[in-house]
Amino acid sequence: MENSLVIIGAALLIGLIVWWFFGKRESSETEANMSGTDNQEVTVTVNGGYTPNTVVFKQGVPAQIVFDRKDPSGCFSHVVFPDFGINEELPVNEQYPIEIDTSKAGEYQYACGMNMFHGKVVIK
Amino acid sequence: MTTKQRFIFSAIVSAPMLIEMVTRPLLGIGLPGHAWTMFLLTTAVMAVAAWPFIRTAWAAFKNHSANMDTLIAIGTSTAYVYSIYAMLNHRPVFFEVAAFVITFILLGQVLEETMKGRANSAIEKLLGLQAKDAEVMRRGKLVRVPLSEVVVGDILRVKPGQKIAVDGVITEGSSTIDEAVVTGESMPVTKKAGDGVIGSTINKTGTFMFKATKVGSDTLLAQIVDMVKRAQVSRAPIQKTVDKISHIFVPVVLIVAVLTFVVWSVVFGADIVAALMYAVAVLIIACPCALGLATPTALMVGTGRGAKLGILIKSGEVLEAANDIQTVVFDKTGTITLGKPVVTDVVGDKKTVLELAAALEHSSEHPLAAAILEKAESLGIKAKAVTKFTAIEGKGVTALVAGKQAFIGNTKLLDTNLDTKLEKEMQRLQDEAKTVVIVGSDNKAVGLIAIQDAPKETSAAAIAALKKRGLRTVMITGDNERVARAIADHVGIDEVIAEVLPSDKADHVKSLQQHGKVAFVGDGINDAPALAAANLGIAMGSGTDIAIESGGIVLVKSNLQDVVTSLALSQKTFGRIKINLFWAFIYNVIGIPIAAGMFVWAGLTLSPELAGLAMAFSSVSVVISSLLLSRTRLTPRHIT
Repeated sequence: MENSLVIIGAALLIGLIVWWFFGKRESSETEANMSGTDNQEVTVTVNGGYTPNTVVFKQGVPAQIVFDRKDPSGCFSHVVFPDFGINEELPVNEQYPIEIDTSKAGEYQYACGMNMFHGKVVIK
Repeated sequence: MTTKQRFIFSAIVSAPMLIEMVTRPLLGIGLPGHAWTMFLLTTAVMAVAAWPFIRTAWAAFKNHSANMDTLIAIGTSTAYVYSIYAMLNHRPVFFEVAAFVITFILLGQVLEETMKGRANSAIEKLLGLQAKDAEVMRRGKLVRVPLSEVVVGDILRVKPGQKIAVDGVITEGSSTIDEAVVTGESMPVTKKAGDGVIGSTINKTGTFMFKATKVGSDTLLAQIVDMVKRAQVSRAPIQKTVDKISHIFVPVVLIVAVLTFVVWSVVFGADIVAALMYAVAVLIIACPCALGLATPTALMVGTGRGAKLGILIKSGEVLEAANDIQTVVFDKTGTITLGKPVVTDVVGDKKTVLELAAALEHSSEHPLAAAILEKAESLGIKAKAVTKFTAIEGKGVTALVAGKQAFIGNTKLLDTNLDTKLEKEMQRLQDEAKTVVIVGSDNKAVGLIAIQDAPKETSAAAIAALKKRGLRTVMITGDNERVARAIADHVGIDEVIAEVLPSDKADHVKSLQQHGKVAFVGDGINDAPALAAANLGIAMGSGTDIAIESGGIVLVKSNLQDVVTSLALSQKTFGRIKINLFWAFIYNVIGIPIAAGMFVWAGLTLSPELAGLAMAFSSVSVVISSLLLSRTRLTPRHIT
């Protein structure tokens, strides 16, 4: 009796893990706000991930992502954009702007220092 | 609270439990109020030191993602929550497991942070090398201004012992300059008016004035720093496979932990505490961090070490490409040779030949033209005016000189054959590794000029070292076959591809690629397409912009030995990445089954505390392994 309870519980738990982590999901996407005509900006909250997960910029307009790091975990201490050569330390509980080069259209991945959490920048 | 503070707090609070672990079985002395004291101490550890793990794990969970914090949080909370339940039911507790695991993991993170700081220090140091201010001519007076106020066109003064503020050209005076910070060359270089100087290098002996040509982010040092930074965050292609694994790693480990619990409790009928301990050990020992750290830390140390030697590696991709190069193709002029040709012989009437040649070459941009003009000038021969000047690529130039159609160039330019005497002379000179040009008018040769571009002193040794590494060496040049062969024999090159038009170099590189991966070494001036076509482009060029643009690896010094060093460094760094990844994988592949209790029959088990310790040191060992890169030998040991 006890054994079958354990097995049922475990099966449910595994199912839950698979569904929660591997299930297909829409990622949050936000377009940058234009402040005036010559600058675009978007705020990304860093808390157990990057929210919104995808930010969209217009090509050719100077842009910045303002990282708002709420998460003190060492995992998020750095943000790395391999395509732009950016590796910046994000201070906790501060608004930290990072300039993004929007001269070339495309999709660019970024990640935390250990490459465990990912975000995306789309320039179009 | 910093990681270090959390570690200290956690260590102090856990200490009484550690002492009890020793004194209780040996002396029978336990903590007063055993379970309750442990509950209070562990609660403090969980609330203060472990809280950030739990917080991040929860925030990540809400985003449908998981990381190592998830594993730590679930593992320790399981031990903690179960112990509370056990305490209330007067069963054995194991609070200390949670407290010890947290302490060990924090210790690992503190060590890791320190080590990573050290790995990153090379580039930080480079930036710190800039001068803070400079003496600038303003309204006819020398004034001291901060570095940021120096603009292009400013005239600056540098005294002995001072740092040169920005890049520029000497206008007045001369000195010896220590350029080691940028080029890695330890010998000071002598510079005079007209020579370029590099910002952040140190002026040794004389006082001179120079005109600023590049400031701020355009300076060579700033570009080098930018390039190294980019390289350090770039991802080697091998990382892509790793990313796929680390993506699913944590959820898979969670499932393995659940299965471990089920197998122990249901199949083997172990009591709930034992089964739980195995599951917790699995959660704790699994370490995605070591996987994540393997590539970036090695890249950081490898590229940082390169920068100090004047070898700039642009990306992780380049490192991987350098790993299986089989053929190294060299451009001749300026790469194997000094790139500064001089006239060595003139056949025919010296004055007539040089007069014609100087007139023709006066408006030419060919590298050999400078040598001819220099020679003519030294003999007091002035260049006459010409009309209808045309340069024929790969052949030479023609023009009207004093009403006659004159020409200078190679045999391809001549319709008829040379007479036997000139033909013989030409062969003799070519066998001496000299480039011979024919000078004539009205389609008749009047003489020959032999020009030689001597090989660099280091070339022969560098080629020998490359051959020792088992590489095939090829030289590619626009020069005549005989001359090319003579130079090649002198420096020990295997193969020669001669008489190649600059625009065809890339095609030759492509055909060589059919036999294996090719590295092309050139100065970037007329071989940018070849540099790009090769699997690995190595640009050498005393830090010219073109070289920096077009090469995958840029050698700041024009020393061919650095080709050997850069290949060795790339291979060592890539090798280290592979070793790191191997360990990170093996560690998990072996650690998880042991933690799950699969080797209990052999007496091999792992308590959660030991798992925590092992996990902490797996990341640390990867970082240490990368740091060792800064000490590995790059030149082969001499056999005596």
